[in-house]
Amino acid sequence: MKPIRITSAHQSITFSRRMLVLGGAQIGVGGLLIGRLGWLSIAENEKYQLLSESNRVQLIPVPPRRGWIIDRYGKPIAINKASFRVDIIPQQLEKGTDIVPQIAKLLELDDDDVDRVRRELEDSRGFQPVSVADNVPYEQYAAITVRLPDLPGVAASQGFTRFYPGGSTVGQLVGYVSPASADEYEKENKNPLLLVPGVKIGKEGLEKTLESTLRGQPGGQRVEVTARGKLVKELEPKPDISGGTVQLTIDSDLHQYAARRIGDQSGSVVVMDVSTGDILAMPSMPSFNPNNFSDGISQAEWKMLSQNDHLPLVDKVLESLYPSGSTIKPSMAMALLNAGIDRKERVNCTGSYPLGNHVFHCDKRHGLVDMNDAIVRSCDIYFYEMCRRVGAEKLAPMVRSMGFGEKFDLPFDNQRYGTIPDPQWMMRKYHREWQTYDTINMSIGQGMVLINPLQLATMASRISTGRRVVPRLLKSRLIAPQPPLAVDQDHLDFIRAAMAGVVDHGTAAAAKLPIPGIQMAGKTGTAQVHKLGANERGGHENSVWKLRDHSLFAAFAPADNPRYAVGAILEHGGFGAQVAAPLVRDTLLFLFNKQMALQNLSVFEQSLGGTLDERIARRTAAWREANGLPPLPAKQA
Amino acid sequence: MITSAIIPLPLARLPWRLIFLVAAIAMFGLVVLYSAAGGSAQPWAVKQGIVFFLFLGVAIAMSWMSEATIKSIAFPLYGATLIMLIGVEGLGFVSKGAQRWLELGPIRLQPSEFMKPAMVLTLARFYELVPAGEIRRWRAIWPAAVLLGVPAILILVQPDLGTCIMVLLCGITVMFLAGLPLWIFVVPAAAGAVAAPIVYHMMHGYQRQRIDVFLDPERDPLGAGYHIAQSKIAIGSGGIWGKGFLHGSQSHLDYLPEGHTDFVFATMAEEWGLVGGVLLILAFGSIIRWGMKVSANSRTRFGQLAAAGLSATIFFYVAINLMMVMGLAPVVGVPLPLVSFGGSAVMTVMLCLGLLMALERQQRTGSKVT
Repeated sequence: MKPIRITSAHQSITFSRRMLVLGGAQIGVGGLLIGRLGWLSIAENEKYQLLSESNRVQLIPVPPRRGWIIDRYGKPIAINKASFRVDIIPQQLEKGTDIVPQIAKLLELDDDDVDRVRRELEDSRGFQPVSVADNVPYEQYAAITVRLPDLPGVAASQGFTRFYPGGSTVGQLVGYVSPASADEYEKENKNPLLLVPGVKIGKEGLEKTLESTLRGQPGGQRVEVTARGKLVKELEPKPDISGGTVQLTIDSDLHQYAARRIGDQSGSVVVMDVSTGDILAMPSMPSFNPNNFSDGISQAEWKMLSQNDHLPLVDKVLESLYPSGSTIKPSMAMALLNAGIDRKERVNCTGSYPLGNHVFHCDKRHGLVDMNDAIVRSCDIYFYEMCRRVGAEKLAPMVRSMGFGEKFDLPFDNQRYGTIPDPQWMMRKYHREWQTYDTINMSIGQGMVLINPLQLATMASRISTGRRVVPRLLKSRLIAPQPPLAVDQDHLDFIRAAMAGVVDHGTAAAAKLPIPGIQMAGKTGTAQVHKLGANERGGHENSVWKLRDHSLFAAFAPADNPRYAVGAILEHGGFGAQVAAPLVRDTLLFLFNKQMALQNLSVFEQSLGGTLDERIARRTAAWREANGLPPLPAKQA
Repeated sequence: MITSAIIPLPLARLPWRLIFLVAAIAMFGLVVLYSAAGGSAQPWAVKQGIVFFLFLGVAIAMSWMSEATIKSIAFPLYGATLIMLIGVEGLGFVSKGAQRWLELGPIRLQPSEFMKPAMVLTLARFYELVPAGEIRRWRAIWPAAVLLGVPAILILVQPDLGTCIMVLLCGITVMFLAGLPLWIFVVPAAAGAVAAPIVYHMMHGYQRQRIDVFLDPERDPLGAGYHIAQSKIAIGSGGIWGKGFLHGSQSHLDYLPEGHTDFVFATMAEEWGLVGGVLLILAFGSIIRWGMKVSANSRTRFGQLAAAGLSATIFFYVAINLMMVMGLAPVVGVPLPLVSFGGSAVMTVMLCLGLLMALERQQRTGSKVT
């Protein structure tokens, strides 16, 4: 193509044309800008107004008061106690962290605390207070208060501390509260409430599982703050809503009585109301004192608790599993009857029962025993023989229907429910065939059988009523329906009579209720912890504590018109009849005759050398001395 | 032009409508700066006012320059600015991570600012010298490309992406109007689209981050996207009528960063709303339209090209800043002329306006000169 000859005239036309294009483009951009401005400020106005407001207004959470936990009669189990606290509001500090040593001296803080306060002050966001000390004694609080004019940025205020009147008797029941950890803060989507000084959340037990009810809704001081966290002005506050009260089915007095009656043993007791399934008491001892946790537990105390071989940090009602021992026998007998065994048929107990190349033993030579004798005198050989005849497949369902191996709907996250084995289970779990010796072991609650104390009490409740009683702890829950058990009334009457016989003239004859007209019915149990040779049998008292048998007892009373059922397991307590049965007797006695029960307790505690608190204090002092720690300062009441 | 017997002729001949418009924008800017300082004339409004009136005086004085003078200083101004740009590389000191200033005794000069008008004048002068028949030849293209490319690269390495883009756009506008063949603009634009990913790869970390965040501001609302996010919140929450003078919470509570400099439009829109924003855009539009009319009415090729290029400079300032503030362009650090706090932008814009006024006077009195 021949190049076009371009003249000035051409150029001027091109210029005009291109000026039009440029002008048009400029108008286009102008229109775009105005359109965008309109879109942002009209169409998206609402969205951006919200964002702007959430920038402008910040909420300083005012912690709600934690809800109470009360017992079935309204007695407090967990309440709030007024306490004094000291915080620093970083933004109001005039001298920076220089003020910290002065406060530390007034409050007698140790170096660790001083370091923590300094660190938190450096990381803080202006208006968010930093906690200096919790639960400050009144004298120190007053010392800070009078100096407040000279201490800009320091705030002394009244707050609340969790208080458990039951002390260490309710430790395992309620758990404890303490400040949220970094993990918990993340898990709650960085809930700002958890950062507020003095806010504590449930860490164990009911305090943890009922957290959502107990916490309540935080209120807040609404403030206008700058992007750097400087407070500009205060807006109208939002009121807080206290946490809800939770009523338990627990009878606080009974619970504490049972806890103290456990004495220095390691174990637990569960008392149930058989008509409703209400759990009246479920202490697990020894325990920790949740009050110490809510004050902030010392490392030494934590160490002492975790080193204790009586496991004070374990809830033995729900977390510990034990072989049932002979307490399984009433349920086994029920299963035998159901399978058509004649209760009059006798078995000759010679004290030993050979099976293959192994010999199973009984603790005595009972001679000829029928079913009633076998329960009353706790003969093992009778159950070996009869259960072997019937077979595990027919036994296990009946035993399970009594509550063994059952998981209950309770507000605890640590519930373990144990095992009642059968051939299918054995195949699933251990990939082996069920053997006759498994039936033999199971017949007296050994081998693979594992239960917890709550199941023991549930079994007693179900046998005493003939109905499927379900334990209940929260008063707000409806009482579960109690359909009748699939057993003959005649069989039930027979088993109950046999259990009454256990206390009347059988293995637990020493643990009769000392009240005319009220009889207790029960079944003792002694669960082997390790396999003993024949020559060791009966040598329980002599062996090392850790190797001694567990002592179990399940009971209900009154025998003729049952109202209460109890299950008790004392770890390494020895014969059930000797240790667990008297404990259950006194616990039931408390329900029928408080005075007499308290007298028994005072005699019992004297024999141990003082009340629970005195003994704990003595043991703590001994532990501290043994570990080279200075004795604790005397605490104010 | 105001005609009155009382006012002396030299004064009456000034383009008063333009001066009022510019002064109105600047005064509104001072009001916004007063609010941005939390309702205080210090530290910005007073200082900005002084700088504005100083350069307004300079601009009015410049309006008596003849077109011949402007022509004669075009190349020297360009040369001097180029030398200063090179000097910045050697002598300049680092501020805000960018080498942009040249310390000459007490005066701190940002040579890249001068480059915008200097580039326009130089290219206008260059194309005036190119004979009409040569315009589609290679010799009409490569010198302009060198004149434009060298300073652009020097500014880019400072690094000052915003000014670099501005200088390039101003230069390209003049070349476009000069009548270069269209493929010169279309082919590089297409190539640019292809090359964009490569350039992106070679960018400074913070520049790349700004582009990332521009493309997806939600990605990092507390970090690099914070500027754009907070700016959009400020503008959007203003609504139609705004939150009222001194009631902009975004700027007063420091949520809006750079609320007195690059993001001053957001500060303004939060308090004055859509209404204030549209009025400000229309006011700038009037100034640019006035400049474009100066170009259209110009009788010389230099006047045409220079006036259009200078108007385009003001246009690019406003357009890039507003697009950036409203989330339509990446944050490249271009201030809003006459409103943003800072002397450089005021200086550049007033230089442009002074030159435009001179060219405009030339048109009215042109008959006498020629």
